[in-house]
Order: sequence, then C-alpha cells, then structure tokens
Amino acid sequence: MAVIKLDTGYNIGVSRSAVEWCERPSPPAAALPVVRQDADLPELAILSTGGTIASRVDYRTGAVTSQFSASDILRAIPGLAGIARYRTRQIAGILSENMTPALWQDLARSIYEEIRKGVSGIIVTHGTDTMAYSAAAVSFMVRTPVPIVFVGAQRSADRPSSDNAMNALCSASAAAGDLGEVAVVMHATMSDDRCAIHRATRVRKMHTSRRDAFRSIGMDPIGSVEYPSLNVSLADEAVRRGAEEAALLDRINDRCGLLSFAPGMPPSVLDAFSGYSGLVLAGTGLGHVRAEWIPALSDLIEDGTTVVMTSQCLYGRVCDRVYDTGRDLLDIGVIEGEDMLPEVALVKLMWVLGHEDDPERIRYLIQTDIRGEIRRRST
Amino acid sequence: MDYEALGLKAGIEIHQQLDTEEKLFCRCPTLLRETDEHTGSFFRYLRATESELGEIDRAAQEEMKLARLFCYLTYDTTCLVEYDEEPPAPLNREALAVCLTIAKMFGMTPIEQVHTMRKLVIDGSNTSGFQRTACVAVNGILPDNCRIETICLEEEAAQRVEGDTFSLDRLGIPLVEITTAPCMHTPEDVQAVAEYIGMVLRSTGRVKRGLGTIRQDINVSIRDGARVEIKGVQDLDLVAEVVRREVRRQTELLSIREELRRRNAAVDGEAADVTDLFAKTKSTILKKAPQILAVRLRGFAGLVGLEIQPERRLGSEMADYAKKCGVGGIFHTDELPAYGVTEDEVRRLRVRTGADEGDCIVLVAATRERAACAAEQVRLRAGMALEGVPEETRKMLEGGSTAYMRPLPGAARMYPETDVFPVTIDGALFESIETPDLLTDRAERFARELGLDPALARQVAFSERLPLFERALREGVRPTLAARTLLGTLRELARDGVDVNRIPDDEVVLLLQAVEAGRAGKEAIPDVLAELAASGSRVDAAIEKVAPSVTPEAIQAIIRQALAEREAFVRERGMAALGPLMGVVMKEVRGRADGKVISDLLKQELARFLAEG
Ligand SMILES: [Zn+2]
Repeated sequence: MAVIKLDTGYNIGVSRSAVEWCERPSPPAAALPVVRQDADLPELAILSTGGTIASRVDYRTGAVTSQFSASDILRAIPGLAGIARYRTRQIAGILSENMTPALWQDLARSIYEEIRKGVSGIIVTHGTDTMAYSAAAVSFMVRTPVPIVFVGAQRSADRPSSDNAMNALCSASAAAGDLGEVAVVMHATMSDDRCAIHRATRVRKMHTSRRDAFRSIGMDPIGSVEYPSLNVSLADEAVRRGAEEAALLDRINDRCGLLSFAPGMPPSVLDAFSGYSGLVLAGTGLGHVRAEWIPALSDLIEDGTTVVMTSQCLYGRVCDRVYDTGRDLLDIGVIEGEDMLPEVALVKLMWVLGHEDDPERIRYLIQTDIRGEIRRRST
Repeated sequence: MDYEALGLKAGIEIHQQLDTEEKLFCRCPTLLRETDEHTGSFFRYLRATESELGEIDRAAQEEMKLARLFCYLTYDTTCLVEYDEEPPAPLNREALAVCLTIAKMFGMTPIEQVHTMRKLVIDGSNTSGFQRTACVAVNGILPDNCRIETICLEEEAAQRVEGDTFSLDRLGIPLVEITTAPCMHTPEDVQAVAEYIGMVLRSTGRVKRGLGTIRQDINVSIRDGARVEIKGVQDLDLVAEVVRREVRRQTELLSIREELRRRNAAVDGEAADVTDLFAKTKSTILKKAPQILAVRLRGFAGLVGLEIQPERRLGSEMADYAKKCGVGGIFHTDELPAYGVTEDEVRRLRVRTGADEGDCIVLVAATRERAACAAEQVRLRAGMALEGVPEETRKMLEGGSTAYMRPLPGAARMYPETDVFPVTIDGALFESIETPDLLTDRAERFARELGLDPALARQVAFSERLPLFERALREGVRPTLAARTLLGTLRELARDGVDVNRIPDDEVVLLLQAVEAGRAGKEAIPDVLAELAASGSRVDAAIEKVAPSVTPEAIQAIIRQALAEREAFVRERGMAALGPLMGVVMKEVRGRADGKVISDLLKQELARFLAEG
C-alpha cells in the first residue's frame, strides 16, 4: 500500500499499482529560532537516553521524532527557561527496553563528569519502561551532592495532553532545588496538579499507561512538586543537596539474572543461570520456591553464584525462617533480600559483584542499606 | 436577494452519531449520562505542540492565547481511553460497517486502506488534544447535481458542561462526517440537501436520534467575500436562515469596506492608556478595571455600530476577537455615551487620543496583560474590515446569527494516529453490503400497501418509532391502530408530561395485541400507557388496574340503568337517542370494552326498550 496525504490532511492507503509516482520537492525546513538562556540562572545538565521530553512529528512518515538540543527543548517547553539554563548531552537514542548495564555505566560516567563541571543538577530523560532500573543503577554508581532527576512521559510528547511538559518542568524545578539524591519525578495523579519525587531505589512502574504509573513501594514519595507553581517540598527523609561528596563507583558485573518463580516451574530452568555470578529470585510470598529447586539451587551456589531471594509481593519483607522450604533455602546459602524490590536487588547485586569478591562481604553489602533500597523498619 | 448574482456558494458538513454498542476506540457503551451521575473528575492543561510543518497551527495558536485548565467528569461508563490514559483499542468494526453502508447508499467509492488520523483540537473537548478521524469513502451522489466529497468516521467530542468543564460520556461515540462539495447556490438548496442527507442517514436505522445527535456545519461564501464555516447548527429548520444571515453579513462587511476605503480609513497608531480618564466614572466595568486601553480607528465612525446581522454589528465582531484574551467585551464610541460613560468622558477621550468626529474609539478594560492582548485583537479585526470578509470559523447563535470562534484551520492540523492500525476494506465485502430502503420509499410503500393516509405514512417512516411500528405489524396489529398509537397517543402523552420513554417496546406491542383481541378498549390505550410509564408494571396488570374488562352482562346492566334514568328523553327521541346515550355509556365504561361492542349492545337494548314501551 502507498499512503497518500490528501489536501484535507487525511492519509489514505492506495494500491501501489494505482499510484503514479512523480517528483515532489521536500518542503523547506522551518527556520527555528535559537532560544537565549538567562545567564543568571543555575545551570542544569539534561542527559538524554532516548526518553522523549520534546518531539516533533515527521509528516512524511508519521514518525514522532525526539528533540534533543537545548533550543529545541526550550522552544517546545518555554516554561523551562524561567527555572534554569541548560546544557544538553545525548548518551543514547534508544527505546528504554533496549537499555543495557553498559549504558548505565556510560550514563553514570557522564553524570559524574557533569557534576565535576559544576552543574547545579542533572536531569536524565528516559523511556519509562526501564527508568526505575537505570535510576537505581545510577543511585548505586554515583555519589552526588546535587539532585539527579530521572524523568519521562507516559503519553507521547506529540499530543497536546502529553505529560512530558509538566513532568519536565517539575523535574527541572526539583533538579534546581534542595534535593541531594537520585530520584524519579513523574505525575503523582491523573490530573495535572503535582508530580511526585520518588527515591530511585524504591520506585516502580505500576501501570502500563497511566500518567501516575510510578509509585514508591513500601514508603511515601520523598517529595512533590506542585503544578503550575513548581513549588518543591521535600520530606524530612529526603537527602539534601551537598550531603555527600561526588564519587564514581562505576564497576558492574552484568553476569546476573532475575527469575520470577511460578508454580510447577521445573528446576532445569536454573540451568540457564549456570556460570552466572549472581541470581535474584522473585519468590512467592515470604520468599519461597518449590522444594524440588533446593538441590539445583544448592549446586548453583556451590559453583559460585550468589543467590538473593526477593518477593513477588513487592510489598513487605522476605523471611525464610518461617516455613521449612525457607529454612532449607537459608541452609544452602540463599541470601534474604530484605524488603528490596526484585529489580533493585538485581541492579544492586550487579554493582556489589562488580566491586567485591569476598562472599561474606557480598552477603553483608546485599543485606545492608546503602542507597535507601532497604527499609530497616517495615512501617 | 438575488443569490445567484451575489455568487453564493455553500456546502455542508453533517455530523451524525452512530447507534453502536461500543465507542469508536474503546469498549465503553455509547450512553449519554446526566452530569450528576459522574463518579469522578480530573483536570489537565493542553498545550499546542510543533506540528509536522514545524509551526504551531494558527487555529491552535489562537486557542493558546489563554492558558486554560480543563476539568473532565468521569462515569462508571467511561474508561482510561477517554481519559487519554490508555492507547486506543482497534477501530470499532461495527461503526465502520455502518459508515460503509451509508457510503454505499450515496454511491461512494471506499478507500482501499483506511488510516486513522489525529486532528488537533485543543479547545478542551478532546482529552488528548486531538480528535481521531479517518477518511472512509469519497465521491458520493446527491440530487440536483450536488456531490458528496468525503465521508469520515470520527470520534465525538466531550460535551461542555459549563466554562472549561467537560463531560466524558459523549467522548468517543462514533460519528460520521459527511462533507459535500460547495455545490449549493441558494439558502433553500442548502436546507434541502441537509434534509435529504439526514433522511438517508436515518434510513439505515443505525444512527442515534434526538437533539444533539446530528449537527450541521455550513460553509458559505459570496463573490469577493470569504469562506466562512458555521459550526453546530443543530436545528434543521434554521439552516436556510443561517445561510441568509451569513450572506447578509458578508454583503454588509463588503459595503463597510467600500465606505472605509472611500474615507481613507486606517488602523494606525498604538493603543493609548486612558485609565486615568475614568478614575471617577459611573461605569462599574471601567471603574473596576486595572487598565483601560483606547484604540483609535481612523475613519471608522458610525461603521462599528452598523448592524450587519440581526443583533450583530462590526463592533460585535471586534468584541469576539477581544474576548479571546479573556476580556468580557469592548466599548466603542459609536454606542457612547451610554452604560454609565458620560458625554464629557467621551469628549476627553477624543482629545486624549487625538480622534476627530470621523474616528471611532474602542475601549478595552482588564488587567494590563489582557487589555494589551485585547487591544491588539481589536486592531487586528479592524484591519480586516479594510480588507473585507475574514476567513473564519463561526458558531451559531440563537436565531441564526453567528459569532467568531477562530480562524479557519489549515490542513496542517492532522497527523497519523500511530496507535491505530490501518484497516483494509475488502472490495468484495463492500459489494456485499445490503443497503436499506430510503425512508421516502418506505413511506410510499406504507401508503400503497397498508392503506395509510400518505401524511401518516410519511410520519411513520420518518419516526424514531419506525422499528416498533414494523414489529407491531408483524405481530398482528392493524397498521392504523399501530400508527395512531405510536405517533399520536405516545406523542400526546409525552406532551402532557408522561415519561413515555420508560415504557418498554414489548409492553406497547402487548397492549396493542390486547386491544386487537378485545381484552381492552381502544379508548383505554392512553390510560394504560400512562399507567405503564408511571408504575413500570406489565400490561395485564395495568389494564386490570386502569380498565378492568367489563363483561357484556355488566355493560348490559349499565345500559339498562342509563335507559331507565332517561326514560322520558329516550321515549321522545326514539332511536335518535342512540348518539347521546352512546356518550353516556362510554363514559361509564371508560375504555374497558371496545366501542363497537358497546354500540352493538346499545342498539339492541334501545330497540327492545322502545318496543317494550
Ligand atoms: Zn472507554
């Protein structure tokens, strides 16, 4: 089928054989003004990984193209100019499902460089699907005195109703604010009334499409940004600007996996992880897998794989001391992952194994709260 | 008016809601709700994005002059798709089938592959900021050498409740949009074509009926005038009048242009701040305003106040433009002194702005920002008066005059809806679609085959109750009884405030069958229907309550009593007393038996009574 755009603006599909092709000069590119920035405002670095903060529609293909330059972004969201001035840097141009641990490292290094250059805050635009993984990874890899804010849009940036602009404005306000940790800033409700500031190691995408898909799990958000006032309020618990020195701890061992157990799943599934450095299990309830898995898991651990247990429940703490299967799991060396989200436990395991070899140190670090990923008390 | 000489060209766009099970892009029912039934609400800002041509569409830009917050009401019959919180479901095949049926009835050619587009609409009536629409067929035939250009399948917009609050029950109901060529040359032509298309649409039996389910947009231009699109003409009877008034408006604007040119009129100079002149004014609006700006229009005196349509002046047009900046309206010297503004204030205003008697001064009063915006809009519209008629989208006011809404949109406001896959229309499938008879043909058939009076036959065919009428006939009810009840009785009851929509079709048919079987009198129909509407009971119970059937013996008793009570009268009149007696007995029986039965019995009894003498 050939797609023809009529003068009315409609597209129609017509058989190729019915179409006579002729030359048509491509329309002149619009002259787009360069936006001036206010030198008196703090500087923020916008790092893009492919998440769309601003976009334009290509009428020839219908494809939505993302806009990366500071000028493009400021033209699309003029309100940003009143909050800060911006430098932009493109780390990747990928759909977030194609994100890799190697790209987390590129991202962490770039962020570290920007912090060293003295920016007041970092905004990372990211596709929403795996944003929480990347945010957690950066949280472990970068010690930061300034806010590092991950932001994206659940509804495409080409639509007038998109959440991109409000999320971007709120993230800029948060990044220019008093925060001193890695966070995800996205719509808090279905309305355009405020964004929630989520701790990077406790946040999860909990809905496929809604604007307020991101939720803090097992804790309240660490702050919020009102819209349209853009007033930022932080919870007492939020780490403040300047609380820590910049540092880069960017080693990762990506030979780690995450496996969600289901009833009847055969032990042979574990063969796929043979030779892995680490494996996070998302077990049932308090942290269980079927008894038939015990020997295979035991072999895996004997061969040097670190195995961490988390729960599919997402909410609550793992406890393998209550039932027999749990006690058997502990006996063979499975580490209880406390109340860590399974994905965060995976990212943390990669990071710990990138920096440590000693099994006792590994066990200690996994079970110790490092970046807010473990709550000491369940409340 | 000689419309041909004026070069009138008109076309129409008809929007008709389809009566499908589900909405066009989600699985919600196509049910309209009362706003007090809403179960929740949320609010959003809409912002125009750079379009595919790298520029914000001018119609969209116009709306963006006001940063507006929209509030949306949700129901237990709406879902995340209406909230723009979930991608659309695939195009509703039932709606596509109805659309194709309509296309076929107009002899149109279907598009091989239908592509859904996003049409930018940021007045708040679409939560996403665009309306999904697809061109389904082209090139249809209309009577009198007129032609349909396209038929599109699109989603209905949300209903404005008030201000910037919208109700989401209507959003997403399938709609066909039929666009004719500009092939009409008199106001009556336009009306006739609108009526014809409406009739064809209703012939499918698959379109929604009632107020607001069909809307006409009318495109009008005259020679030297401009194309103007008038939105939302709901009342078919007003179509011709709207065209007449628009032709008059354009003619008047053209003569204003000639006069302005003759006077060397101009819109020059900046707006002047005259706030201080009105520090002690008696006009409450001016007194309250933080800022008052004056725009001097050189050579415009007397023309701004000139009527161009009933209740409309050039000044109303300027006010419409100014209102886009959030001001309530404007003042102009063609209508001053008035509204608390004194002659002295006007004189000082003229001195301040350097205006002479030939000039008109327009005042805008609001906050600094809004006043500046409104003054600019007034200058813009005044400048257009020097050019003639601006191309505009306008909305109909009560009576058929119109007000400015926004500039005509360009083609730039559409881009592909990438979340909906294109649908290929199979040629064989289109061939196999069966088209229903036109309502006009059905009316003729009812008159010819059922012996209905032609006027009644037409009424039946065009009525919403046509399917019920046809069903009653199939179930053994006589055509006249069915037609009279469905068109006469039900309508009269509705007029008297009976909620006839509460009566299920099944019960209506059962009642008519009971009448045909002699279990209830024809005369009892209104009372039984009213009882059904009020109590929601079944037909038998309603008949029992309102008109328990009377045995022939009981009727006989009533008759005998009536005869005995009126013995002198009856003896005097003889058989001629039949008529008056019939009235007395009928009143007593009150529809609990058929009139024919009563009259037979009465005749019999009267004859015996007289014979017994
Ligand atoms: Zn829905």
